Amino acid sequence: MSNLNHIFIICSTIVIAMSLMPTYHCRTLKPDDLKLIEKTCNNTPIPNLCLQILKADPRSASADIPHLALIFVDVIKVKANEALIKINKLLKGSGDKQVLKSCAGAYHAILVGDVPMATQALQLGNPKFAEDAVADSSLEAMDCEEDFKGKSPLTKENTYMRDVSDVARAVIRNLL
Amino acid sequence: MIPEFEPPLGSHPIPHTLEWGSYKFCQCITHSSLHNSHALCLCTQVINHNTTTILFLTMEHHKPLLPTSSESEGCPSPNPRTRKDKGLLLVLGGFLLLSSLVAYGGYRASHLPHAHVASPTSNHDQHSSKSVPSTKWHPVSRGLSSGVSEKSSTVSFATSQPFPWDNSMLSWQRTAFHFQPDKNWMNDPNGPLYYKGWYHFFYQYNPNGAVWGDIVWGHAVSRDMIHWLHLPLAMVADQWYDKNGVWTGSATILADGQIMMLYTGSTNESVQVQNLAYPADPSDPLLVDWIKYPGNPVLVPPPGIGVKDFRDPTTAWLTPEGKWRITIGSKLNKTGIALVYDTVDFKTYELKEGLLRAVPTTGMWECVDFFPVSKENVNGLDTSTNGAGVKHVMKVSLDDDRHDYYSIGTYDENNVLFTPDDAKNDVGVGLRYDYGIFYASKTFYDQNKARRILWGWIGESDSEYADVAKGWASVQSIPRTVKLDTKTGSNLLQWPVAEVESLRLRSDEFKNLKAKPGSVVSLDIETATQLDIVAEFEIDKESLEKTVESNEEYTCSTSGGAAQRGALGPFGLLVLADDGLSESNPVYFYVTKGSNGNLKTSFCSDQSRSSEANDVRKQILGSVVPVLKGEKFSLRILVDHSIVESFAQGGRTCVTSRVYPTKAIYGAARLFMFNNATEATVTASLKIWQMNSAFIHPFHPDQKN
Repeated sequence: MSNLNHIFIICSTIVIAMSLMPTYHCRTLKPDDLKLIEKTCNNTPIPNLCLQILKADPRSASADIPHLALIFVDVIKVKANEALIKINKLLKGSGDKQVLKSCAGAYHAILVGDVPMATQALQLGNPKFAEDAVADSSLEAMDCEEDFKGKSPLTKENTYMRDVSDVARAVIRNLL
Repeated sequence: MIPEFEPPLGSHPIPHTLEWGSYKFCQCITHSSLHNSHALCLCTQVINHNTTTILFLTMEHHKPLLPTSSESEGCPSPNPRTRKDKGLLLVLGGFLLLSSLVAYGGYRASHLPHAHVASPTSNHDQHSSKSVPSTKWHPVSRGLSSGVSEKSSTVSFATSQPFPWDNSMLSWQRTAFHFQPDKNWMNDPNGPLYYKGWYHFFYQYNPNGAVWGDIVWGHAVSRDMIHWLHLPLAMVADQWYDKNGVWTGSATILADGQIMMLYTGSTNESVQVQNLAYPADPSDPLLVDWIKYPGNPVLVPPPGIGVKDFRDPTTAWLTPEGKWRITIGSKLNKTGIALVYDTVDFKTYELKEGLLRAVPTTGMWECVDFFPVSKENVNGLDTSTNGAGVKHVMKVSLDDDRHDYYSIGTYDENNVLFTPDDAKNDVGVGLRYDYGIFYASKTFYDQNKARRILWGWIGESDSEYADVAKGWASVQSIPRTVKLDTKTGSNLLQWPVAEVESLRLRSDEFKNLKAKPGSVVSLDIETATQLDIVAEFEIDKESLEKTVESNEEYTCSTSGGAAQRGALGPFGLLVLADDGLSESNPVYFYVTKGSNGNLKTSFCSDQSRSSEANDVRKQILGSVVPVLKGEKFSLRILVDHSIVESFAQGGRTCVTSRVYPTKAIYGAARLFMFNNATEATVTASLKIWQMNSAFIHPFHPDQKN
């Protein structure tokens, strides 16, 4: 009898887990969502990057443009964090400490300035401040890159930050 | 797994801990002795059982001051203050000594002898300047054409400096006589008014940081719109209907002296609504405390209008029926519109059918302003004035491009319609108040001196990195009088209020200074960071006649700035320049002779070489300016550290810019006159005043008189 109980419990657990899985892992977007995402991404400088980011985020389903833009702002936040961690590591090595510290300041500004400003601006419907913020985050990354004068250990991070910011900016322009 | 972290904005209580990346800031102390609030933090990181201790100066510098490594210290104990205090004090003392040395270096008082120096004199004609061949003029890069924090594009200067900002340079940027709070972010001017002997100024303010967000109403008062005293915040986000932001609004003063303040609230659900507030104590001339009407909100977005497209109510004016009328900007798709409401008590409103004006492709209309100007005399008019001798001005701030546009036309008060005089100069597509940084502007009628006064928000054009480091962002323009240009009839004139002249200290005068083509003349004045400059220029008649007509179309923003030479220009002044001219901000006229023989003049402010820093905007700002027959080329420039306000032809064209030099600061800043034309000789007369500080500071009770 206890065996049957065990089997029952295990089976129901599996069934429940399987029924929950699609809602969590399911990334198939509804046709209308996809249309908005594709239309929006086609008007950005890097449509592929735009699509890749939005399709990977479940929140893009039935999101309006401000919420699509917020997804990019989240990516900016995560990537700025990652860049800072890498910079801290590089600071222990033999790289140009002064430039690295300036880059840290740039990414710090993205985190404490641009990200909160863009987030609040998009949530509250004052999109010009969101555009200003992501325009800045793009330039901060490029300043950091330029400062290494060709010998940058952060090219991947800086280029990605610039690209995501430029895409975010194009998305936000739809609101202005 | 990326650690989640959210560095808090602004200053922090003592002591506190911060997460910064993988560092744990063991202890931060806020030091008021250092410029702006920032914290000195001793932080420790443990990686692979090795402990590294680093001293950081946060919110201003992010360079480790003293990297030390200690393996004997484990994770910090909760209160290691006493043992580490002495060490911190020593370091702090060392840093203070260092920064005072840097500041002293910047304050070099000595004059360097100049090769081509014009000395001021008031009695006799000037000796002519020697010409300097224009080898100093390098081709300049053009900044990107839009967006904040523009940086130099592909052409990089050999001397271009990455992130050069130190405390000395950043401190210098604070203005001496423009309104700005002690720290943090400011944007739109709100509810300006004159009441019981005091000018009041309210403003959008973020108490938590140097970026837009968490907006509340700041407040300041002044006897003369120049010497401001900071008061406590007038309104904070303490109601559901403004929980997400106490946004922009305007004041209406009723006939009996009551003040009705209408403002936009962003509700707890991010809906934009209009609310009413009024002074708690009308007998308090300082209007310190405000009451929000218990029945708020008084207006919610009407059907068909987006809940986030409904903000910035105007001052009210009287209708033929004796009701009060306001307008609120919005948009329908990409058409900017102005909604109109009538009210008798500012509590209940009637939405009027139709729109005051609508213009396709302009997008959202923010900070709409609507006011009369006199056709006949120079005085300002109360907002309700209408009639034969009156034109109306409708102004909008365009969300899309962050510029303020105005249109002159007629107001049909019965049909509630504004019609522009010239369709080319319709609302949002025609003339701008200012061709530089100038947004969310707002006028009010100053009944004290019968003037219409204009306030404009001047944002930053540097990087967020610098704003976070210096701990503040934005200033306001010097208030300007606004009136109709009766000579042209088709534009407004703006001019700094006369009260700013009370700051004038000693002056230097230069009469009939001749500058041959391709010359730079050093103007021997004491210091050059706080100036009021008035100048007139003339081009020699021979060049004017000889110069061939051309089809050349000159636009400041697409030109090569002061380095692009034409027959009859550019000529003007180099402000905030250093001795070697590695940094300078030319403000100039560029004259062309059209195919009909008529002269066309542009007035530009050229930031392209204004700083060796690469994280500041470097555009050439400006516009054409009408110069009428018989008029000389005249300009006025207010230089106040990182803001330069320029006015041409008595305020027909205005250009405000933000300038962030790294070298041309403190005693190293100079003023030059220049003529980079190829043919014209230019004769200039100038008067230059040193400007005192306005000493803007918090109000103390004994200052009521």
